[in-house]
Amino acid sequence: MSTTTDTHPDTGTPQPAAPAGPTGGARRGAGLPLRLLAVLGLVVLLAVLPLINVSVPGVLPGATYTPGTLQLMALALVFASLALTYHVIFGVAGLLSFGHALYLAIGAYGLGIVLERTDLGLVPAMLLTLLGGAVVALVLGAVGLRVGGISFAMVTLAFAQAGSVLIRRNSDVTGGEEGLRLDTTNVPDAFVGVTDTRNLYWVALVLLVVVFALVTWFERSRAGHVAAATRENELRVRVLGLRPFAVKLLAFVTGSVLAVVVGMVYLLLQSGATPRVASADFTLTILVIVVLGGLGSRWGAVVGGIVYTLLDQRLTTLAASDAVESLPAVLSVPLGEPLFILGTLFILVVLFVPGGLVGLGARLAGARTRAGRPATPAAGEDGP
Amino acid sequence: MSQSGPVLRVRGLSARIGQQQVVEDVTLEVPAQGVTALLGRNGVGKTSTIKAVLGLVERNGVVELDGERIDTLPTHRIVQRGVGYVPEDREVFGSLSVEENLRLAERSANPRRDLVADLFPDIIARGQQAAGTLSGGQQQMVALARALLNDNRLLLVDEPTKGLSPKLVGEVTEALERAAQVVPILLVEQNLVVARRLADRAVVMADGRVVHTGDAAELLDDEQRVVSLLGVGSTGSSHGSSHDSGSHPDPSTHDQEVRS
Amino acid sequence: MSTVVLLLATGLGLGALYFLVASGLSLIYGLMGVLNFAHGSFLTLGAFAGWETARRLGGDSWGSLLLSLLVGAGVGALAAVLTELLLIRRLYERHIEQVLVTVGLALATVALFDGIWGTDAIFVTGPGWFDETTTILGARVPNDRFLLIGVALLVLGGIVAFLRFTRFGLVIRAGVENRSMVTALGIDVRRAFTVVFAIGGAAAGLGGVLASHYFGYVSPQLGGSLLIFAFIVTVIGGLGSLLGAAIASVVVAVLQQMANFYLSGTGDLVVVLLLATVLLVRPSGLMGARA
Ligand SMILES: Nc1ncnc2c1ncn2[C@@H]1O[C@H](COP(=O)(O)OP(=O)(O)O)[C@@H](O)[C@H]1O
Ligand SMILES: [Mg+2]
Repeated sequence: MSTTTDTHPDTGTPQPAAPAGPTGGARRGAGLPLRLLAVLGLVVLLAVLPLINVSVPGVLPGATYTPGTLQLMALALVFASLALTYHVIFGVAGLLSFGHALYLAIGAYGLGIVLERTDLGLVPAMLLTLLGGAVVALVLGAVGLRVGGISFAMVTLAFAQAGSVLIRRNSDVTGGEEGLRLDTTNVPDAFVGVTDTRNLYWVALVLLVVVFALVTWFERSRAGHVAAATRENELRVRVLGLRPFAVKLLAFVTGSVLAVVVGMVYLLLQSGATPRVASADFTLTILVIVVLGGLGSRWGAVVGGIVYTLLDQRLTTLAASDAVESLPAVLSVPLGEPLFILGTLFILVVLFVPGGLVGLGARLAGARTRAGRPATPAAGEDGP
Repeated sequence: MSQSGPVLRVRGLSARIGQQQVVEDVTLEVPAQGVTALLGRNGVGKTSTIKAVLGLVERNGVVELDGERIDTLPTHRIVQRGVGYVPEDREVFGSLSVEENLRLAERSANPRRDLVADLFPDIIARGQQAAGTLSGGQQQMVALARALLNDNRLLLVDEPTKGLSPKLVGEVTEALERAAQVVPILLVEQNLVVARRLADRAVVMADGRVVHTGDAAELLDDEQRVVSLLGVGSTGSSHGSSHDSGSHPDPSTHDQEVRS
Repeated sequence: MSTVVLLLATGLGLGALYFLVASGLSLIYGLMGVLNFAHGSFLTLGAFAGWETARRLGGDSWGSLLLSLLVGAGVGALAAVLTELLLIRRLYERHIEQVLVTVGLALATVALFDGIWGTDAIFVTGPGWFDETTTILGARVPNDRFLLIGVALLVLGGIVAFLRFTRFGLVIRAGVENRSMVTALGIDVRRAFTVVFAIGGAAAGLGGVLASHYFGYVSPQLGGSLLIFAFIVTVIGGLGSLLGAAIASVVVAVLQQMANFYLSGTGDLVVVLLLATVLLVRPSGLMGARA
């Protein structure tokens, strides 16, 4: 877990140093072409999954080519992308936003409303939604960033809450509690949910790859480095003559706008949107995903998103199962609530597994390597 | 109390603030009597050393109080063992009254109210005033009183005359002189006249390390070594001079402190 | 006129609820730098505990109301103390992790309440007097508002007196200002953390029982919805300021009621607008000392 500057303004008490820095990318540059190849292989594997018959009992509900399973896997990819967008804001820039769901909702509802109310085609409608989302992110980010740390968290929460209220109230536009159904008139048939889940799965995969690439690019850019430096030590950045506000705002808008894009794909995938995507709980879910996977790490966000989605689905199935219902109440009540289990798991991760799943994996792998063979300091691996 | 060994023994002490190593490898002793001055240019790590002894910053190394290890104890336990602390920039609680500041500091059932009333009648008269509205000199007296109220084995006093007018420097020096008769003091002091008057021994730091230990008078009377070790005198214009000369016109403007 | 009086009374009642949540949030943040997301769960738990108590006593009497208030406050305090001792303390000074842990706790407990008491609202009845109204300047004000306002004033007075006249209060006030200096005076400030959590939890639990009478029901979502407004109140009032929280509670709640009535149900949005305005004009909040 990354160190974050002490937000309590009052004391000179130092923070015990948390293990610093991102967990992923520790071996960055380690045989870059090899790494790239591995990633490419993974993407290709994911891309062909709908064409082949793979069953992973206990993890996936059915074979990979079945629509139900494809839908779930696509959702997992969308959540991974969403987690990546939040990673830009929290993991890189260290801004604890409690309003990230708002931007997913803007993407989903915005596109849905534009498609329903105008004759625009899919692509122009998407661009319009993107523009609207960017404006909202810029304005709310600029206002919210007038305060730092914990106040920022509360303010973003309040803004998102206002969005949630707007969605629930204006039911003639948004469908209110019922939610919004995707108007497919101007959507190419290939992307209409029920007809071909496979295409939507591929769209979700492309989304993840694109978002991952963009986030990587942002992190490695000058702005990304300054944003990370701001997270570690704002004072120093200021001393260097840089404006932390501008960099933070840039990170906030980047993450938010990408979340708008994810929201649009979410709308297509789900053939609609419900007010739940704008709720505070949904933001907290994103936070859980990022921390679960490993805060400060891109791969952590991806792993977290995928694991969370699958786990949530499994736990829901478990909760409804006869096995659980037949247990005595002390067990069946908590086990019957997926969010209880996830919340508890989350607490345990924060307390005992700093670095999340990715950090844990790295540590286990490290331990095995050290036990197996003498560590060979690979020369020349420390790339730029 | 054992008269033989030093009251404080520090060996290989290092400290970090955030990612930055601010104390490298400090070894020093404070004898059981008198004043030991901790000297050095601004930013060499004197304050950080004191904070490390108290556990106010993350630290490593051995710290013994009367022969017992205290380097793994939390701050409040170290203080409870009889360490009084007068921080740089006073750190009085501005929203609390003077009386409340003192009451908060009292650790024993019968604090030395008489001594404090004797030394600082001025602040006792202002018991109900909010400490934040006091002048810098008065705040310094509150800070000193907080430490002197208790029966301590050791006082850690960090730049008590910083930013004070000459008259107040005199008063503070006098108070410390009297305190030194009953309790050993480790004193950080940039005003070398004050240091010369109070200190028996001197420890000089540079770059987070101890570079000189010895008799205070001997060091401070040797102008060449003062210049080379402490950088004051002909080359000392960049720092320390404002309170060396005691010429600062308005002591109350010195209350600000940069905090992260 | 009578409408304004009614709106004011209702706003003050709602403000009282906000204050009962925000006072604890603000104290906890002020002393420890911890944003407690689980505070809403203390409130919900207090509400359910109060309801269970009243139900068992089987009456809508004043006696059962009083007892349910006490039980609500006690359960809220207990939950808060356990949270501090078992979760927060382990992450001493690591503020972000502390927030995360309370987020996890909020998610887990709301789900647990769902499992135990169901997701539907449970309707609550109080003493018959609650269903009556008192006429003030022509406005028929529901009586439960008076209880709410009275209790909130008592809590405010109680906390202020505690802070002013007790040793713990002294330590807490000093700690809000400069925590490390408190430890440097030989005081174990962590004990004050537990006390602050207990006070905050008790106020929230009390608020839970009162909220169930104000809204007429208990549900697992009760705390979460109030918590968001309590956050807004603490930011507007100035983080760490009890008085700021009290003033902001009243301002926010009255404004919300007025906007809901005169501006066709836009109360929530107006409150967020107020928040944005305060941030632009005075980022440290009404009574906040620092930016
Ligand atoms: N809060 C802080 N954050 C980062 N660096 C600090 C902090 N406080 C002090 N330092 C650094 O630690 C070093 C030692 O400081 P300090 O102990 O205050 O020196 P002295 O008391 O001798 O003037 C200085 O270089 C200073 O810049
Ligand atoms: Mg210093």
